Amino acid sequence: MNMQISRLVLGRLGVAFVTLLIVSFVVFAATQMLPGDVVQILLGQAATPEAVAALREAMHLNDPAILRYGHWLIGLAQGELGNSYANDMPVADLIGGRLANTLMLAAVTAAVAVPLALFLGITTAMYRGSVYDRIITMGIVAVISVPEFMIATLAVLTFAVWLKWLPALSFANEVTSVTEMLRVFAMPVITLCCVISAQMIRMTRAAVIDALKMPYVEMALLKGASRRRMVLRHALPNAIGPIVNAVALSLSYLLGGVIIVETIFNYPGIAKLMVDAVSTRDLPLIQTCAMIFCLGYLLLITLADIIAILSNPKLRK
Amino acid sequence: MMNLVEIRDLKVQARSDAGRKIEIIKGVSFDIAEGEIVALIGESGSGKTTIALTLMGHTRPGCTITGGEVRLAGRDLVAMPEAGRQMLRGTDVAYVPQSAAAAFNPSQRLMDQVIEVAQIHRLMTPDAARAKAVDLFRALALPDPETIGARYPHQVSGGQLQRLSAAMALIGGPKLVIFDEPTTALDVTTQIEVLRAFKSVMKLGGMGGVYVSHDLAVVAQIADRIVVLKGGEVQEEGPVEQILHHARHPYTRELLAAFEPVPYASAARSDTMAAKRPILEVRNVVAGYGPLGRDGQPAKLALRNVSCRLERGQNLGVIGESGSGKSTLARAIAGLLPPVSGEVLLDAHPLAPEARLRDKEELRRLQIVFQLADTALNPQRSVGDILGRPLTFYHGQKGAEREARIDALLDMVRLPRAMKHRLPGELSGGQKQRVNLARALAAKPEVILCDEITSALDTVVAAAVIELLKELQRELHLSYVFISHDLSTVQAICDDVMVMYNGAVVERLPADKLHGGAQHPYSKLLFSSVPKLDTGWLDSVPPRVAAR
Repeated sequence: MNMQISRLVLGRLGVAFVTLLIVSFVVFAATQMLPGDVVQILLGQAATPEAVAALREAMHLNDPAILRYGHWLIGLAQGELGNSYANDMPVADLIGGRLANTLMLAAVTAAVAVPLALFLGITTAMYRGSVYDRIITMGIVAVISVPEFMIATLAVLTFAVWLKWLPALSFANEVTSVTEMLRVFAMPVITLCCVISAQMIRMTRAAVIDALKMPYVEMALLKGASRRRMVLRHALPNAIGPIVNAVALSLSYLLGGVIIVETIFNYPGIAKLMVDAVSTRDLPLIQTCAMIFCLGYLLLITLADIIAILSNPKLRK
Repeated sequence: MMNLVEIRDLKVQARSDAGRKIEIIKGVSFDIAEGEIVALIGESGSGKTTIALTLMGHTRPGCTITGGEVRLAGRDLVAMPEAGRQMLRGTDVAYVPQSAAAAFNPSQRLMDQVIEVAQIHRLMTPDAARAKAVDLFRALALPDPETIGARYPHQVSGGQLQRLSAAMALIGGPKLVIFDEPTTALDVTTQIEVLRAFKSVMKLGGMGGVYVSHDLAVVAQIADRIVVLKGGEVQEEGPVEQILHHARHPYTRELLAAFEPVPYASAARSDTMAAKRPILEVRNVVAGYGPLGRDGQPAKLALRNVSCRLERGQNLGVIGESGSGKSTLARAIAGLLPPVSGEVLLDAHPLAPEARLRDKEELRRLQIVFQLADTALNPQRSVGDILGRPLTFYHGQKGAEREARIDALLDMVRLPRAMKHRLPGELSGGQKQRVNLARALAAKPEVILCDEITSALDTVVAAAVIELLKELQRELHLSYVFISHDLSTVQAICDDVMVMYNGAVVERLPADKLHGGAQHPYSKLLFSSVPKLDTGWLDSVPPRVAAR
């Protein structure tokens, strides 16, 4: 029986690895198709054709694409991300600090949003149809409908301009104390929580309500169980699969999809770095950023699938 | 002396999705004395489960008790606040569900669920509860009583789960136990063991009980008194012997009549025997599920070398318990599950193993009717659309011609023509099964595979569907392969009966020789396990020696 679990988990990891390979190919191919020529941009309008040709040669841009893909992939596997075209710095150095910032913001947001969303999702399912449920559900619809730049702008207007509690811009590098950190992270985290919790709350609520309709929950009721016991002991353990998947999907957004929040709060994260890289046709940087986003997404989804496999009682002994 | 249960003028209202209110229990009254077992008998929709649940102070979502009293040991469950009912559930009154497989939480160990009542109500220490549970397991004749509690629900069989759910009900020492069709989902051979276990623990504990069922023969074994329900009203009430032998109400007589053996006169018997040629023949079919292994056999073998033949105008019955491969045989014949080896011949022509490789004419001549009309009919399509599609597909009919044929089909299955504008969800179970049958008839088939088509229907409705099948056979010269786990329905329509066990045919018998003619030990066991309308039947059947 446990052999079966490990086989399923290993299979899932294998699928994730193959997916990653395919993704790397797609990322490489897509960046090749970007319009514009990096050499032209680097050398500017006045470049002579000879200089352009020489630089192309030096950057191995004349090699067949499949060869460049191979080189890139091998470098990636060895941790050599190459040098930025734009300023010739190692991509690893450019990304390093930015990635830490993004992960930090993601971690703080997840630490706030996930417990909040699970709590609201489970309680709205428990008291389905009550006034509490209706207020929360309507609030979620309202929050989903407002675009995140609007939420962010409103937050800045309220907390920074009117109340003057928080700084309008975030500089993660200057954080020295806990209060400082709270001040810096407060607004981006509030904005991102609004964006990602809505989905999690709705999915959790739906999954728990589905589980509450099962005959074994009615059986628990007929055994004299309280509503709290019915939800926490009987419904929730059987709803873990869909809930972790919803959580993983929502969290994956925190890696690559936060460009608007990073821009508004001037937060030095990786999404902004990638957008800048696109404007300078900095292929190694774009490719690395894209790979990081995809890797993060894959890790989260794979983790969710593995948890779902482990939570399947039919595989237990 | 006060009765254990006194129900007075109970009224329950249900609210439909459209917001319409319907009274589903219309003023029911009856009593249960201490230690007495009362059976609630009736077809689906008669309100028997609803009444049983009100004894726990519970109504399903959408239903509300609008009037009357339900007194348990003198306390009115209707007037009581929810917290008070919670205190009584599990301790004073306990519930054994219809489908134990669904009533056990898949993610918890059985023991944890069995002793949960003791935990919720703080009746005893967990160790004491476990010890009591093991005693109950032993009393219910469960195998490995010491260790079975450590398993998960999917690791034990259906019959064992049903007995475990009885242990779960009895752990709190209730005064009243409610059995909600606890053996309906079981095979007859398992049912007899479960019934025996229930009867012995109920007798031992001296508890009162409510036994909800649609099966008079089962109820006759375990109950002291019978309450017959129809349309939310009590039709007749009395001791078991009186109901069985001196039923007064027409509906009760109808229920009893469904047990009368119906002599089946074959349509084909009168034909000359010499001209017999099998319309359908199955030769050495091997089929199964899962990937093929190195030996060319599927991982899970469901049919082991099965052969059978069906003469034109005759009917072949296939019986066996769940997992015996009888439905797989229908799927293999229809080409839904291509056999690994062996062949299926229709009118002496071999058919391709897969349905998609068969030509339209071959598909037309061989139709299948599935067990659950609920899932076989598209809920978004009107009855007319459902019947019209095969007409266009097989016969290219359109427009007025098609409409006329749809009307004719509805006439054939004795449904009003206006029904073609309705959706399947608006029909009753019996009506849906008739539509399901009409869809097969639309193709003008020669052979119809009937896969447990009456199993989900009430006794009286099922008898009517069988009668319809016989009439259609006379009018349209059909041949049926009739698959069922119910011996009496098979007997009512078939010429020959084939008994299947574990994927193989163990015996073939003419239908009129079923009783007494069986030679194989499994067929004998199967035939002797069918409950009889006789209160002493359960005690007269010798316990099975071979444990499952």
